[in-house]
Amino acid sequence: MASMMSLLGIAVVLVGLAARFNPLLVVTLAALVTGVAGGLDPIAVVSALGKAFNDARYISVVFLVLPVIGLLERAGLQVRARALVARLASVTVGGLLATYLAARQISAALGLLSLGGHAAMVRPLLSPMAEAADESLHGPPDEARRVLVRANAAAVDNIGAFFGEDIFVALSSVLLIQAVLQQNHIIAAPLRVALWALPTAALAFAIHAARLAMLDRRLGRPAAPPLVQDRRQ
Amino acid sequence: MIRVQAAYALAGIVFAGIAAFSAFDRANAKRWNNAAFWGLFALSFLIGDALGDLANGALVIVMVLVGALGGIGVTRPATTTPAQREASAARWGNRLFLPILVIPFTALIGTLALPRIEISGVALVDPKQVTVISMAFGAALALALALVMLRPPPAAAPQEARRLMDSVGWAAILPQLLAALGAVFALAGVGHAVGDLIARWLPGDSRLAAVATYCLGMALFTMIMGNAFAAFPVLTAGVGAPLIVGRFGGDAAIMGALGMLSGYCGTLMTPMASHNIVPTALLDLPPGAVIRAQAPTAVLVLIGNIVLMYVLVFRF
Repeated sequence: MASMMSLLGIAVVLVGLAARFNPLLVVTLAALVTGVAGGLDPIAVVSALGKAFNDARYISVVFLVLPVIGLLERAGLQVRARALVARLASVTVGGLLATYLAARQISAALGLLSLGGHAAMVRPLLSPMAEAADESLHGPPDEARRVLVRANAAAVDNIGAFFGEDIFVALSSVLLIQAVLQQNHIIAAPLRVALWALPTAALAFAIHAARLAMLDRRLGRPAAPPLVQDRRQ
Repeated sequence: MIRVQAAYALAGIVFAGIAAFSAFDRANAKRWNNAAFWGLFALSFLIGDALGDLANGALVIVMVLVGALGGIGVTRPATTTPAQREASAARWGNRLFLPILVIPFTALIGTLALPRIEISGVALVDPKQVTVISMAFGAALALALALVMLRPPPAAAPQEARRLMDSVGWAAILPQLLAALGAVFALAGVGHAVGDLIARWLPGDSRLAAVATYCLGMALFTMIMGNAFAAFPVLTAGVGAPLIVGRFGGDAAIMGALGMLSGYCGTLMTPMASHNIVPTALLDLPPGAVIRAQAPTAVLVLIGNIVLMYVLVFRF
């Protein structure tokens, strides 16, 4: 029965998210509840939390790019990225984002996951380029339109990375798949795992490229109704 | 041997700089919260290994309390005006892209070349952490190039870093915290409990039910955990290994690949994933905008994955 009690942590996450509590609080509380309900003493739970947080610091090393990105933004990087696209008058938002999607998938499949990212590529380059493409085709955007274009710039970075990286043998996801299967006494060659990520990669590109073509049609429509509700107010 | 701790030290220095400049920002009413939050993050990166597990755990809990309850103030460090940026962009032209390109190319060359370099039989760089170390080295090199090229005032780099870091705010530690939650879940046996639960409910003789449960379970559990890597061991031990491979003789490589990719569909739809939280902050978007842009693709790919797995996994 102790093991079923450990599921309480999942309930904490669900309720906490539904109630829109701060995710930091929800996650920490879920960890403490899970550990204690699972029969560990509170000190051991806090220690496990601390050890895992310390071991996972490699995740946050990406923030090391922020000083140089900030300096370049200060020197007009986004302005330049915008100017570059404004000159190519026929580029559409969907076309630009589909090109980035393909490049992101291919580079991730070659193991070059660090070629993209929201801090290093989307904010300084891709999002201003997409906004410039929209503006040069359809004139100054309203807020809803700007939100839609930016959100789609972020989306292609995620989708390209997720459905590209599993094709590369030496990245952590393929290695994790192999390791977990091994724990379950199943042998799987990493190369075969990577290979069978290809059908989904192709499918994801086809689906999202089609949706980006629809996005272009939607952006091209004159006097469109509000595209995305701005919930900030 | 250069270990990953060198990259952590660089990151620690950046966070410490951000904390110091936060403390002096009198325009921010919550400046001590900002200083404490980034200061503790710096401490974790600089001396986390020496602190011990319990102290690290206490550090995490204090950061969570400061970040979630105290709140990080939104700051507007002085930066250039739009007119100055126009002028600077016109002056530098495409050369502005150079430092940005240094980062991935250093990472690429480092990842390929560094593992081969040995000095009197000892690897120059810890081979397990080459990617992270190369990335950190690339970022440092790019910063050096930008400093030499642009010659900004001395405070510009830390202040610009603070401008961006504060826009990410408390969300900066969520990915690490989710990894920690996964570790506690594993320790408490959540995986077994979920597996038991599913095994009890699942009809034992249906291949389609097993495949659909595995893929949908990966997506749902990833949405709860914010991370497909945490969901994968749970669902694979509970459903994938015993049923799809064990009972029905499915192919483990196909199951693993498509299972993980089903989890990624969940990542695209959850407010818990840093992949959705960080761009929402960095691009100044309303909550949910990134997920709305991704969700239709995620749902369609998930359905496609279930079909692909059902068609392929029992055939190879």
